[in-house]
Amino acid sequence: MDYILEMRDITKSFGEVQSLRNVNFRVAANEIVGLLGDNGAGKSTLIKIITGYHRPDSGEILFRGQKVEDLTVPKARALGVETVYQERALADLQTLWRNIFLGRELSNRFGVLQVKRMKEETHRLMVEQMGYTSSAVNPDSVIKTFSGGEKQGVAITRALYFHAELVILDEPTMGLSLHETRKLLNFVRDIKVAGKSAVFIDHNVFHVYSVADRVVVLDRGQIAGEFLTKDITHDELMEKMYRVAQTGSLD
Amino acid sequence: MTARVENSKPERARYAALTQFARRNGLQIGIVGVMLGIWLLFIIGAPETFLKKDIYRALMTSVPYWGVIALPLTMVIIAGDIDLSFISIMAVGMVAFWEGYDLTNSLGIAFAAALVSGFLVGLLNGIIIVKMGIPSLIATIGTQFFWRGVVEVVRRGQGESLTLARDTVLRDVLVSKVGGYVPAQVIWMILVALVVWFILNRHKLGAHTYLIGDNEGSARLMGVNVDRTRMLLFALVGVASAFGGVLQSLDVWYFWPNLGEGYLMNTLAAVFLGGTSVFGGTGTILGTFVGCFIIGAIQPGIIAVGLTGYWTKLIYGLIITVSVAMHAIVRRRME
Repeated sequence: MDYILEMRDITKSFGEVQSLRNVNFRVAANEIVGLLGDNGAGKSTLIKIITGYHRPDSGEILFRGQKVEDLTVPKARALGVETVYQERALADLQTLWRNIFLGRELSNRFGVLQVKRMKEETHRLMVEQMGYTSSAVNPDSVIKTFSGGEKQGVAITRALYFHAELVILDEPTMGLSLHETRKLLNFVRDIKVAGKSAVFIDHNVFHVYSVADRVVVLDRGQIAGEFLTKDITHDELMEKMYRVAQTGSLD
Repeated sequence: MTARVENSKPERARYAALTQFARRNGLQIGIVGVMLGIWLLFIIGAPETFLKKDIYRALMTSVPYWGVIALPLTMVIIAGDIDLSFISIMAVGMVAFWEGYDLTNSLGIAFAAALVSGFLVGLLNGIIIVKMGIPSLIATIGTQFFWRGVVEVVRRGQGESLTLARDTVLRDVLVSKVGGYVPAQVIWMILVALVVWFILNRHKLGAHTYLIGDNEGSARLMGVNVDRTRMLLFALVGVASAFGGVLQSLDVWYFWPNLGEGYLMNTLAAVFLGGTSVFGGTGTILGTFVGCFIIGAIQPGIIAVGLTGYWTKLIYGLIITVSVAMHAIVRRRME
């Protein structure tokens, strides 16, 4: 099987708190992996290691079978990892186009920005991806006034724009309306159709179950177990989640 | 009926475009308005001064000494930091200038030594602030004293006459009167403004400056090199400070070891008057540029309209407070 991402024996501590212990985590090509776990299980730490934001204390990270040393955010983005963070990672006082290209501005080799191109691309994305038609919103709009769902739309569109091979979604349904949530789940299914991979983190087991090929359960910094969604019913998965929260064991 | 619909559409679009322009540039329109208002008051109050060109020559002579620093300082403040040490870096640059000249007898090398020393001292500010995690407000209070102290120890309080720069290319280029009237330093200030505007609005460094000041966490998550950007901005202020110090010293033919003292509040006031937010994330170069000349004009203006010098600080305070309050209101309106 082809793996787009392999993490071997990952350990990470923050001061005295051991956040991850000997975690092995893989994502296959064109696979949607759901990552479940209670608060403090280490989900966010794990994905922030994938995105290059945190360095693991020990362990290896491989992209497409190639070991990557000193993974940083720009390196991870260059390898095709794009992330929709729980905290959205937007800059509220800045314009839409600056947010779309945040940290990956289009520029020439001297670092001079291609402002016109970025605005045009943003306009195209607004029409084709975000479905904006109102003239009140344009690439120069400051995003502070956007609703939670609209901001999420910006974060997702940004992840899409850079042709991500692996999209990471950290609690993306938080604060979304029912309609927006359904749109988001369809977006995750589209990732699968497009032949790309995703890691999907959500508190809502039902959301994860409905889109993931495989579910990985993280508990107190360790992998407690994993299931293919086709081998388990939603109720069984819920049952196991409760058990793991109480006893630390799935069975 | 149909004709009316067709007519109203482009009209509405034009109106929408106009309001959006006003929204986007509200702060800059505001500061230009403030400038014109104060100017008008001074012209009415003291036509014999403000309708003659001497006052404008005086402003163009002295404002650039610190104006060239206010411009890159705007970027530091947009990034959410502040620098209070630039007044001492002005003098450090001139110490390097003098030592460089002493060693090589070359004014060109002396000038380069000043700029390089300014860059390094500014970079050191950045390193202390970023790598040790000290808030810039506190760190640069410390370095302001430290570098002034270094200048005083090295110079033992002694100044230095710069008449050796008479009829040299360097002095002509930096501070001569172009066409017998326009001080060259104001042209340098305009050039610095254009360069800083370009960096801030058309270069990655500027894009990252806005992002860091707006939301440092987001900038880090999305891969912006926050540390390097912040350090570089302090280094830029350092270079500009040394440059301002050279401009003033060459212009007055003398290097005073207390060079820069008295400019701290003016310079900061110009940046904030110009609409740059102390919270970071917003600010413009045009605003700071105009802010510099408003601050520079207040003192001579007050005296020219016949008030005593005692009024200066009161009116300074009033204009700055009212303007900053106005910015806060405009900013809320824009949202």
